[in-house]
This record gives sequence, structure tokens and C-alpha cells, in this order.
Amino acid sequence: MKGTDSAFRIVEVLPDLLATYGDGGNAVVLQERLRRRGIATERISVRIGTALPSSGDIYLLGGGEDAAQILAAAELRRSRALARVAAQGRVVLAVCAGMQILGSTFAGVDGRAVKGLGLLDLATAPGRTRAVGEVVLEPTGSALSQPLTGFENHLGITTLGASVAPLGRVVRGIGNGIDGIDGVLAEHVVGTYLHGPVLARNPELADLLLSWAVGDELAPLRLEAVARLRHDRLHAVQARRARMLHRGRRAN
Amino acid sequence: MTRTGSAVTAPAPSVAPAPSAVVAPRTTPAVIAGQVPSGRARRSVRLRVALRCGAAAAWLSRAAHLGRGQMIGGRIVLTLAPDALAQLSTGRRIVLVTGTNGKTTTTRMLAEAISSTGDRVATNATGANMPDGLVAALLAAPRARTAVLEIDECYLPTVAAATRPAMMLLLNLTRDQLDRVGEVRILERRLRAAVNAATDCTVVSNVDDVLTCSAASDARRVVRVGAGTGWTADSQVCPRCFSMVRRGSGPSWSCGCPRQEPMWTLAGSTVLRHGTTVGQVQLSLPGKGNRANALMAVAAANALGVPVPSALKSLRVLRDIDGRFGTVAWQGHDVHLLLAKNPASWREILAIMTARSQRSRRSVVLCVEARAADGLDTSWLWDVPFEQLRGVDVVATGSRAADLAVRLDYAGVDHRIVDDPRDAVATCSTHDVDVAATYSAFRKMRGWMADERH
Repeated sequence: MKGTDSAFRIVEVLPDLLATYGDGGNAVVLQERLRRRGIATERISVRIGTALPSSGDIYLLGGGEDAAQILAAAELRRSRALARVAAQGRVVLAVCAGMQILGSTFAGVDGRAVKGLGLLDLATAPGRTRAVGEVVLEPTGSALSQPLTGFENHLGITTLGASVAPLGRVVRGIGNGIDGIDGVLAEHVVGTYLHGPVLARNPELADLLLSWAVGDELAPLRLEAVARLRHDRLHAVQARRARMLHRGRRAN
Repeated sequence: MTRTGSAVTAPAPSVAPAPSAVVAPRTTPAVIAGQVPSGRARRSVRLRVALRCGAAAAWLSRAAHLGRGQMIGGRIVLTLAPDALAQLSTGRRIVLVTGTNGKTTTTRMLAEAISSTGDRVATNATGANMPDGLVAALLAAPRARTAVLEIDECYLPTVAAATRPAMMLLLNLTRDQLDRVGEVRILERRLRAAVNAATDCTVVSNVDDVLTCSAASDARRVVRVGAGTGWTADSQVCPRCFSMVRRGSGPSWSCGCPRQEPMWTLAGSTVLRHGTTVGQVQLSLPGKGNRANALMAVAAANALGVPVPSALKSLRVLRDIDGRFGTVAWQGHDVHLLLAKNPASWREILAIMTARSQRSRRSVVLCVEARAADGLDTSWLWDVPFEQLRGVDVVATGSRAADLAVRLDYAGVDHRIVDDPRDAVATCSTHDVDVAATYSAFRKMRGWMADERH
């Protein structure tokens, strides 16, 4: 629960290493969604060599390439700051490489296993082929009701342990690559392979994270542009599938 | 593993899609940078047959109004004679230009600089930068002893082996079409291997860009140019020593590797070689990026024997690079077309547009597509500081206008959405319109503009 006399703090964790894929946009979305509700925000970028504040309200980790991901994991392991933050129950969103780092191990350069932070019961191994394309998820659990849409681009296959749940069931795309699911949901930590950025395409998820951090439900906020984008993206995936099915039928 | 849906998967971890045809390496000796070769080499029977088939296909293409036929001609030739590129390169001085941004512009600049000495130059001025485009360019100028060819970064290794170039220019390496190209680091490693294999080649490298500096670091012959860098997000970690890159306020940077000082630098518009002034860059083309391209072109030209004053003079007249930066009267407006393909080039384009908006009233049309040539995903929109367009009259158009609209909304940029790019331009309230478009949208608009002129 945050105090009422200070700005809401959005902390970007190592964006110099973990923001390959436009994931900085997640911070922009959260900041703007709060600003439009009259809530003052502060956006803090914690680059390598800077101490991670423990007073953040939400922590964001994005995707990154191999060498950068390995450096980021080493830095976060060394400082233990993120572990402390997660233990305090702060809200964390971790995308792609960021999610992989939170697990026990992930695949580094040339597929060799690298030690993760061990904050979540998951592990990532290299896949045979890259998963690239539009993704649609049906959320599992009761916190979300709308489909999730995004774009994935990753090699890793992530296996969840028994003590954590996925973010959603894969309707289109690959996701974690095992059991037809994507991402992870554990207390107030959310991980996913969806870029887009994920919060730009999925306002329900954005507001869920904010309501956890604020400790209260937020006033509804509907952006027409977002509704139109979701309609376009979900429709595009359906149309592509229909074309492929049609082609398949014609060939037979 | 359960697979659902229809996600596109690409082979990992390598980056490039398989070339449209096999490109065989060249076995004849290379021409080194200072020489101009004596003449054309003999062509094999197989190649001669392939050329006839290619010419026939090109003729058919023109007869059926499908296009000028250069590309299909080149493709057929390569399919029938995989060593076509090697044969067509033999006896010629080949210069390859690659990098994420600036290839077409720098290629044009270098070709103009060399032409200023009277040499005929073969070049792919329309940006057809895959192997078939290079074949077409070499066929189109059979008497040219020198060829300046832009080549897509993914294809440089095979094309370098095929053409055994006298010179390679490495401009910059940043993220671009991540779903097609894959990780930038893998590209750097492959370029580094290609440089190391090309032992007779002079490499002109931008040492202000961490990745191109690294790719050229072991080249036997190298010309180091400080061409600057606007985008550093893909090069935070040195690909050779794996430590963090430390940057100051200017373009210089350091890591665990020995520092490589540039021989050529720019101070504003002043060109310096070993710290001594050798001329001024005067361009009709806008933006800092184009001055950097000019520096690379002048340094390369000089290493090929072109005097600096001639090279600089030849660049002054350039106004339009294959449709980029040019002005066309269209739909009742003066339209200035700009190509923006990835966050680095979008930043450069935004800087040009906002500077112009401060000087005169104009509208901005942003056209975003996500076809194969653009990269299928639009997450990169969030790496572009569109906030700079607040207060400007902005129109969003293209097949991914919805993605752009969300980005603009969150950026606090008021805008209209118009589905058809032609209407987007036609309905602008100002006479001057800057149009920034992704690659396939850019080509489509250029085609419309050309059609209406005829």
C-alpha cells in the first residue's frame, strides 16, 4: 500500500540492458494511465551501477539479447535488491528475458545454462526454433477476463514449477513452449513472453498491476485507440488462421 | 511440446532468411583498393546461357507491364548460374556498402564521388540490395570498371565471398526488423567473420558505432571514421570483451578493448583528416545523419584515389536519394518524403521534421506498415520519441495506423487517422507536408507519385 503524499514510483530495472523490444513503452503506459486518473507519478530508470530503490510501487523488466541478459542477471544477483523487493510483495512485471532471469536458470550464449535469481519457480532452456509471431492468450485464473494480445520473439522454452500458475492459455502462438501456456503469475509478479508492448495492447492487465500497487480499484479508463487496436490485432490473427485453413482445404 | 496456432517460426539462432539462390564464392584474385582493373573477364558458357534467359525474362516482364524486369532478370541469372556474381565481379573493383541505416544514401554519394573523376561506376541506385539486385546492377553497366553496391547486412558475408571486394563500408548496426533479422549481436559476429575472411579488402568502418567498430577491429587494412551515432541502446555491452560500454557526452566511448581513434572526423561541417581541416561538407540533403554518410563516402572515395575537394563538390548537388528527402508536388501539396525504418532512423527523421516545423507551417503524415519488408511487429514504435511532435498537425495512416494511434495517444500527440495514405496527404491543411513512411509504405507512395506524373 502506498502513501498518499508521495508520487507513485514506476521503476524500470536495467533498461540499458533489458529494453530491446520497445518494452520501455510499458512504463509510458502505466505513467499515463495514472496521470489521467489524477495520480502523480515518478519514473525511475535504474541503469547498471545505480542502486535499485526499495520504495518503488511497481518494477518493470523488459526483453534483451543474450550478452545483455547475462550481465543483467549477474548484476541483480550481486545486489540482491530485486529479491528483497519481491519478498516485500511489490508488484513486478517481467517480459521475455526479464521473466527468464527471475527463474532458477536460463539459456545464455550458445545455449549454456546461466544461473537466474531463483525468485520464481521456473526454468528456461533453449528451444530448437525461434518463436516469432502474434500471440493470443485466454487468461487463466480470475483476475483477468479479456483475451491478451501481443507479439513474441524468443528462443527460450520456459517450464513452470508446481507452485506457480501461468498468465494464460495460448490460443494462437507459442508462449512458454510447454503445456500450451504463456507466462507466469505468482502473487504480485507477472511474467510473459508478450511484447507489443504488452501493457499497450492489454489495458486490463495494466490496470490490474496498478490496482495491486495502489491497493485499491481504479476509476475506469477506456481509450478508443486501444479498443480499435485490440480489435485489429485479434481480427488479424483470426483472418490469417482462416486463410491458412482455406489454403489447407484447397490443397487436400 | 504442444504447439497451438500458427505462429511464424524461423530457424535459430542464425539470422538471415535463406538467399533466393545459392551464391557461389569467387576464386579469381581480388582487385585491391588503389587499383583500377584492366578489363572484363571471360564469361562461362553457363553464365552466357543464364544471361540470355535472364534477358528474356526481363523482356517478358516489361512486355507484360510487370516492371522494368531488372530484378526478375537478376534472379533468373543467379538461379541458373550460382557463380554469376563471382564472374561478373572478376576484373572489376568492387565496393560494398552495408549497415542498418544510410546504405542507399552513402552508396549514391560514393558513386557520385568516384564518377567525378571520370570513371564509369556500376551501382544499385534504387536500393535493390540483395544478391539478385547486385547482379542486375553489374549487368546494367558492363563497361564500368568500378562498382559501388549497397548490400543488406544479412547477405554481406555470402556476397563478400562471391565478389571479393576491394573495399567494404560498415556504417552502423542497430536493431531493425527484429523478427526478420534476429539479434543485432549475431549480425555483428557474422560481419566480423566476413571482414576477417576478406584479407585483401580495405574496410572503412564507423568507429563511433560500437558494433561496426568491433566488426572491423581485426581487418588488415582499415580506414577509421568517426561518423557519430545517434542510437546507443543496442550496444551497451561490447561484443568482444563483454564489459559495459562507457560513454561520455560526445560520440566517443570505451570498454575493455584498446581504443581505436578515428582518422576522419567531423566538427560541425568541417572535415578533418588526422586532425587537419581538409574541407567542408555542404549538402542539400537534411540532417546530421546525412553529414555522417557524407563523411564515410568522402573517406572511402579518398582511399580509392579521389581527391577530397572533388568528392565534397560532387555531393553538393544531391537533392533526392531514390525518393528519399526529395520534394514532389502531389495531391495539391508540396510533399517531402522521408524513409524511416527503425528507431535509429525514426529519431533522425523526427529531428529533421521538428526542425522544419519550427521554421515553417507544415503537416506531418506518419505512414506505418508491417509487411515482411518492414518487420512484422510494431513494438519499435515505443522506442521512438513521438512526444516531440506535440503541437504539430499529425496524421496517422497505413495498415498499422491503429498501433501508431495508441502510441501517439499515450505520447500526448493530437492526431487524425486517415486510412488511405493518399487521402492522408490530400486532407492536410498546410501546403507543405512531411511524410515519414516505413519501407513498404515509402515504396508504395513513391510509386503513386511517379504514376501520377505520367
